[in-house]
Amino acid sequence: MSTAPLLDVRNVETFYGNIQALNGVNVSVSEGEIVALIGANGAGKSTLMMTIFGTPRASSGTISFAGTNITQLPTHEIARLRIAQSPEGRRIFPRMTVLENLQMGASLDKLKYFDEDVEKVFTLFPRLKERLTQRGGTLSGGEQQMLSIGRALMARPKLLLLDEPSLGLAPLIVKQIFDAIRELNRTEGLTVFLVEQNAFAALKLAHRGYVLVNGRVTMSGSGKELLADPEVRAAYLEGGRH
Amino acid sequence: MQYFIQQLINGLTLGSIYGLIAIGYTMVYGIIGMINFAHGDIFMVGAFTALIVFLILGAMFYSVPVAAALLIMMIVSMLLVSLYNWVIEKIAYRPLRGSFRLAPLITAIGMSIVLSNFVQVTQGPRNKPIPPMVSQVYNVYGVSISLKQIIIVVVTALLLVIFWYVVNKTSLGRAQRACEQDRKMAALLGVNVDRTISITFIIGASLAAVAGTLFLMYYGVVVFSDGFVPGVKAFTAAVLGGIGSIPGAVLGGLAIGFIESIWSAYFSIDYKDVAAFSILAIVLIFMPSGILGRPEVEKV
Repeated sequence: MSTAPLLDVRNVETFYGNIQALNGVNVSVSEGEIVALIGANGAGKSTLMMTIFGTPRASSGTISFAGTNITQLPTHEIARLRIAQSPEGRRIFPRMTVLENLQMGASLDKLKYFDEDVEKVFTLFPRLKERLTQRGGTLSGGEQQMLSIGRALMARPKLLLLDEPSLGLAPLIVKQIFDAIRELNRTEGLTVFLVEQNAFAALKLAHRGYVLVNGRVTMSGSGKELLADPEVRAAYLEGGRH
Repeated sequence: MQYFIQQLINGLTLGSIYGLIAIGYTMVYGIIGMINFAHGDIFMVGAFTALIVFLILGAMFYSVPVAAALLIMMIVSMLLVSLYNWVIEKIAYRPLRGSFRLAPLITAIGMSIVLSNFVQVTQGPRNKPIPPMVSQVYNVYGVSISLKQIIIVVVTALLLVIFWYVVNKTSLGRAQRACEQDRKMAALLGVNVDRTISITFIIGASLAAVAGTLFLMYYGVVVFSDGFVPGVKAFTAAVLGGIGSIPGAVLGGLAIGFIESIWSAYFSIDYKDVAAFSILAIVLIFMPSGILGRPEVEKV
């Protein structure tokens, strides 16, 4: 591809104290792509997602977004470049209503497009509309997941980071969420970088994928290639297939 | 009966002042999980600033309408005290964020001593009286209500309404609550957490400054050590109401005010503080998280 990638992670290393979580990771995501990062528990997938936001900070390597080096930017300024994340654990504000959680997502534009955007989120996740005045902490896991993704979409992101969007959800809802991601990508050209344990669904959805093992990228390729790869099949797909 | 109602009114007045100070404790605890022990001294600096503004106004003009004087005292005090608290947070607390929990607590005690000694050195150690600003007293069915008390209750109520609106209905308040519930997530959504914490200190200081001005008007005297006892009482109020809960702080303030005035009226005035703190201890045995506090454990 001739154009520079939207997100470019180069040789990134991240430490938690003395423990190295990422070890020279190279990942890139181009505009309009859906890219999946798969790997086992503890491989460093979520760490990479948070390192992109500078929390924790990469101790070496560079992360650039749309040509700007963001490696040392404060977290809130990275968000202001229109990178949104539905993070690990969903991190819904428990004592705010569903409406307020969505408003927090739209705070970059001071709620200017709120009414318009919230309708889109309701089309994707009608359940949220029914729960509008309920507190975030009282929602079910699936509803929190929808809210977390909806909140990220409210920021009008150029790049959407999704950390395990299928975690703890019923297969039907997983399908609904993945369909929604595909739809947003096709109609609005939304760029998506997602982390998944559900490798089969993720690789089917993604244009490209990376495999992360112990903080290193060991394999990359198109979704189809990775799905067909015997090693990937053995490690992540057999038995885990839905 | 009239005597009892009289005490309730006195308690309401006192409780209003405690409540305004208590909000500062509870908000700061809510957002960064530390007890700002310098907050009582921030209140005292507020009272002193009001005193100085009062003296300047008195020297410059032959007569100033009382309402205007009070308003100017409050505004100047709010501005100056906000600046103090903003600086304190920046130089004494922010560098210790992420450090062990006791570290900011210790600097907070240090800042408390710095403030009271600073005022003692620059303003002198003696009581500073002012002539009574407001002296009207109304007699309603045998209960005497002074205009001072009405001013305190009305100003407090007005501020609480504004404050409630800011916290619950504005984007600033939403960001503030978001930081309180999950600082990291707030940053991921583009909220400048450091700035939000600064604003929290400024809001707390503003309310304490108004409390200080009202305190000066009510008692007509202030001394450098006045930050301590009202500060501890307001802290008690915040704990009683449930630390971290804003309505709890107001409720706790009123409760302490009522306990003090009713105890002083029917029992020995010397033991009024003992009574207030004993009730605190008893309440906390049965409700460890305070009246409106939420339990520490939360469903995630």
